[in-house]
Amino acid sequence: MSGLLPAVGFASPWLLWGLVLLPLVWLLLRVLPPAPVLRRFPGVALLLGLADRDAASVRTPPWLLALRLGALALAILGFAGPILNPSGHAPGQGPLLILADASWADGDRWPRLRERLLAEAGAAAAAGRPLALVSLTGTEGAPRPEFGPAAPVLARLGALEPAAWAPPEARMAALAAALPGGRFETLWQSDGLGRAGRGALLAALAAHGPVRVLQSGAGLLALTAPTLAADGVATRLLRPAGGGAEQAALAAFGPDPAGIERELARQPVALPAGATDLAVTLALPPELRNRMTRIEVAGRASAGAVVLADDALRRRKVGIVEAQAPREGLELLSPAHYLRQALKPGADLVEGTLADILPAAPQVIILADVARLPDGEQAALTRWVGKGGLLVRFAGPRLAASVEPGAAATDPLLPVALRPGDRALGGSMSWETPRRLAPFAATSPFAGLPVPADVTVRTQVLAEPGPGLAARTIASLEDGTPLVTEAGVGAGRVVLFHVTASADWSNLPLSGLFVKMLDRLAASSLPGQDSAADMAGTVWTAERQMDAYGGLQPAEGLAGVPGDRLARGEVGPDMPPGLYRSGERRVSLNVLPANARLTPARWPASVTVETGEGGAERALKGIVLALALGLLAVEGLATLLVTGRIAPRRRVAPALVPLAAALLIGLGAPPHPARAANDAATDERLIASAGGMVLAHVLTGDADLDRRAEAGLAGLSMVLTQRTSVEPGPPVGVDPEKDDLSVYTFLYWPVSAAEPMPSAAAYRQLNLFLHTGGLILFDTRDGDGAQAPGTSPEALRLQELAAPLDIPPLAPIPHDHVLTRAFYLIDGFPGRYEGNPVWAEAPPPDAEQAAGMPFRNLNDGVTPVVIGGNDWATAWAVDQDGNPAFPVGRGVAGERQREMAFRFGVNLVMHVLTGNYKSDQVHVPALLERLGQ
Amino acid sequence: MTPAPDPGAPLALRERAEGLAAPLPALLAAARHLAAAVQTGGHGRRRPGPGAEFWQYRVALAGDEARRIDWRRSARSDLAFVREQEWQAVQTVQIWADGAASMAYRSSADGQTKAGRARLLALATAILLERAGERVGLADGSLAPRSGPAQVARLAEALTRPAAAEDYAAPRAEALAGGARALFLSDFLAGWEGIERTVLAATDRGVTGVLLQVLDPAEEEFPFAGRAIFESMGGSLRHETKEAAGLRARYRERFAARRDQLRGLARLTGWTFGTHRTDHGAQGALLWLHQALGPRR
Repeated sequence: MSGLLPAVGFASPWLLWGLVLLPLVWLLLRVLPPAPVLRRFPGVALLLGLADRDAASVRTPPWLLALRLGALALAILGFAGPILNPSGHAPGQGPLLILADASWADGDRWPRLRERLLAEAGAAAAAGRPLALVSLTGTEGAPRPEFGPAAPVLARLGALEPAAWAPPEARMAALAAALPGGRFETLWQSDGLGRAGRGALLAALAAHGPVRVLQSGAGLLALTAPTLAADGVATRLLRPAGGGAEQAALAAFGPDPAGIERELARQPVALPAGATDLAVTLALPPELRNRMTRIEVAGRASAGAVVLADDALRRRKVGIVEAQAPREGLELLSPAHYLRQALKPGADLVEGTLADILPAAPQVIILADVARLPDGEQAALTRWVGKGGLLVRFAGPRLAASVEPGAAATDPLLPVALRPGDRALGGSMSWETPRRLAPFAATSPFAGLPVPADVTVRTQVLAEPGPGLAARTIASLEDGTPLVTEAGVGAGRVVLFHVTASADWSNLPLSGLFVKMLDRLAASSLPGQDSAADMAGTVWTAERQMDAYGGLQPAEGLAGVPGDRLARGEVGPDMPPGLYRSGERRVSLNVLPANARLTPARWPASVTVETGEGGAERALKGIVLALALGLLAVEGLATLLVTGRIAPRRRVAPALVPLAAALLIGLGAPPHPARAANDAATDERLIASAGGMVLAHVLTGDADLDRRAEAGLAGLSMVLTQRTSVEPGPPVGVDPEKDDLSVYTFLYWPVSAAEPMPSAAAYRQLNLFLHTGGLILFDTRDGDGAQAPGTSPEALRLQELAAPLDIPPLAPIPHDHVLTRAFYLIDGFPGRYEGNPVWAEAPPPDAEQAAGMPFRNLNDGVTPVVIGGNDWATAWAVDQDGNPAFPVGRGVAGERQREMAFRFGVNLVMHVLTGNYKSDQVHVPALLERLGQ
Repeated sequence: MTPAPDPGAPLALRERAEGLAAPLPALLAAARHLAAAVQTGGHGRRRPGPGAEFWQYRVALAGDEARRIDWRRSARSDLAFVREQEWQAVQTVQIWADGAASMAYRSSADGQTKAGRARLLALATAILLERAGERVGLADGSLAPRSGPAQVARLAEALTRPAAAEDYAAPRAEALAGGARALFLSDFLAGWEGIERTVLAATDRGVTGVLLQVLDPAEEEFPFAGRAIFESMGGSLRHETKEAAGLRARYRERFAARRDQLRGLARLTGWTFGTHRTDHGAQGALLWLHQALGPRR
């Protein structure tokens, strides 16, 4: 079966022989004419005696034939019971034992595996077979499988979770011993990893009946416990079998400075084809390394793909012992100060006397110019170094003075024998100049660190020349004089800097090199794991426990673990991977130890192994039969169509053709032309509006109202043109949703109760319009006195419409408002109705009428809104010939009212265009008086 | 004006609702509406003759009967005057609308039957003729020609009477009066001899007229395909074919031949032949009929 196509099998393949009959059916169908249709038709009188000429036309059309054959073939296929992803085995007999590894390696694909197992168990249950389920990684007691009804087994299977450890050998042995008698079939869900003890169990199972293995090992990636490397953290990426080249990424996680878990670093890894083991080093600066809590193979949710960091990768504990307590105020002269500054970012510092420091179990102890130690301390320190400690000593006046000729051999805590006294370079009494450092040798722990040119050494202690001196030198001056020497003592090391840790003898402690050298020393010196011997006798308790998916859960109900067992690192049900704590020390236990290997499981040829990657079995019978039925239905319709029993409505077809064409065109051609034309029209209108003064009205959606508004503005425009220098163009209807209002100055807004609320964008535009000097004349058209002002539906709607508008406080237009004299002197604002209050921006409360002036100096700008209900547009409205379109009032009085309405309109437009210009007329008396003088 | 009783429109709905019991007013209304669109003028011959309208006074000549002298006019002068009326010719038009079963055919559910269309056209023509003062009757003798509005009602009633059960009908001209005009509305799918005999017989009696072939579009186009049994409306004729589409060309040939026969007959006898399809508007057919039945010049 190809890898691309899903595998299909058949439940009753013999039924497929029915397909052989298809050609026969084809022949039959081909010659069978369709049943005739009875038609009443008067023209039959003319048909009498006409014989059929074309006998071939009675044949079934080929496509109909194909349709029928297809339906038949599908029906045969359907009844043969097609099955997607067939399991490829005959249904078993007898009881079924389901054996689940459910190990850490299954975490990644457990949902699919469980589904598959449930499908298998469901099929067995449907066949009435007794079931038993055993999880090899289970935490319950010794497994005693007993076959029983399916329901509890299915329930347990549904709740079965993989564990974060591998099946223990003991459990497999226990199961092999506890197998029930009689014959049964075994379905073994295997994680695909080779392990000891499996063969014995398999043999025991095979003795009872066939064994099927459901294995899913491909694609597994795992990480080994991390170890400290020179410039980061080293781990190994493992996979059970060497597959093709694969790309993966390692990601390190840890809290950021704010304490939030983040990805600290990510490193892509290319696994070459065939490789099963690849060492990877995550380059992490000490600062990040100290914060890192775990490393993951990105995108893999499996306990094996996550490793936890612990103290071994974390901050070092560094003890600093100073010769004398620092004197207050002389910090910069204290060697410990420089050490403290250099080590603080990457290490925990412990200071005090050696007696204080040693119990804190530091990894590094620095002695800054300490020459002599008490005997007891000397012995303790020697023991500590012998167990793996790193002792770093710095020279100084005391050390130089303490050295007596021939005494070197007696001090085990100095890497080299020293010559008494010190050597001064470049002092006032010396011919020599201060010496610079030579580049580090490749074997030196400082290899690769750049040597700054300005680091010089003025004074140092000198080593006694000897045969081992060169080997012990890890840094030297440019003339070859040893500067740093090193020697192993037991499991530990002793390092001596031949200069002081303060800036007294050299400026090395002032340079960045000093910090890096100390970092290198601290990082390189330490063992990755505490040895078993170290941990013997301690008891560790699990703090956090890792689940099979790589997540950390609180550990509960777990007994303490002896230290030596933890050091062996074999995870199991009673010692799950996770974080363990003993006192102050924390250790992480990972699924795979640093030296782990993965091997693929090997099964004897007698065992059926299924990969189970193709998905669960799925019966296609229903789908195929439904398809066949559907085809038959189509065939029926088509037959009716061909025999003419139903005719496609002739009226429908011509209607469909343009529709289809339009659809095709619409799909094919982008709708730009229409939109472009629309835009062009809008632009043209905008240009026309911007080119001159244009009165605009807001489109309300009520066609009659909009027509009235347009006619009204046309009338007002006509009057303005006739009587004033304002010559507006044809009025424009605007939609604040779509149109640009910036080119208009005057908006007439007839309010309709049914008017929809403009959108927020429209209000933004309207507010901008008002802020930039526009005026909106709201007309509720309810001034006929039928209702109290402000209670009509239009007025209520206006309140809602105007609420989002940025409108100043309003007041009825006072008698001395500039609107009453902007062009005409008027004392009312009639439209079709008269006598209702008209509102505009309220005058400032402190407006006073100056002595001798006819008007108060009121509004300094244009009122942004005028609100009334006098139905002005109807009064202004003219038809195409310029005659009034609607009656106003009665007779001469009505015409007078219309004239007054026009005068109000003229004043309003003048006010919009000239602002408070006419208000300035208040100064006319004063100006005239001045002119008269 | 009443709402347009366009056949097949709301009126058709009402027609169905009122049922067969009252097709009369509907047909009348439809026919009146159809007829209203055709302007009829006075039928005067613009010359003196027998008629109701005053034409002129003329000086009495020798030979004029004394009783014809208009004494009132003559008293005002020395001469004797005779009052002359305008000559108003009265035509007799006798209609035969085919009511056989074949006329009940319609190819689309929302179309009109040929019989319905024929009745409508017949009655509308009758209304026009009545308005012009002509005498209208039925050619089969069931309704003698008369004039006057009441005749239209009688005609409508006669036209909506249940038709004969026969499948095809040849025109009937037993009652045709000499010198009258005839209007035959039919699909003319019946046997040719009957048609020809009737028309020739009528012509012998000095009758001229109009043959209007009312057809369903399906009869003209023969849009059928597939295996089919064609049966006449009454079931008397039956033809089975395995592929109807294969017959189409020959059917059309025969159809055209029948039409040519009719045309030839009309040419021979001086009648007027026209065709009308039920999917076309009745208005055009009525105008054509009005013109075809108008006074011959």
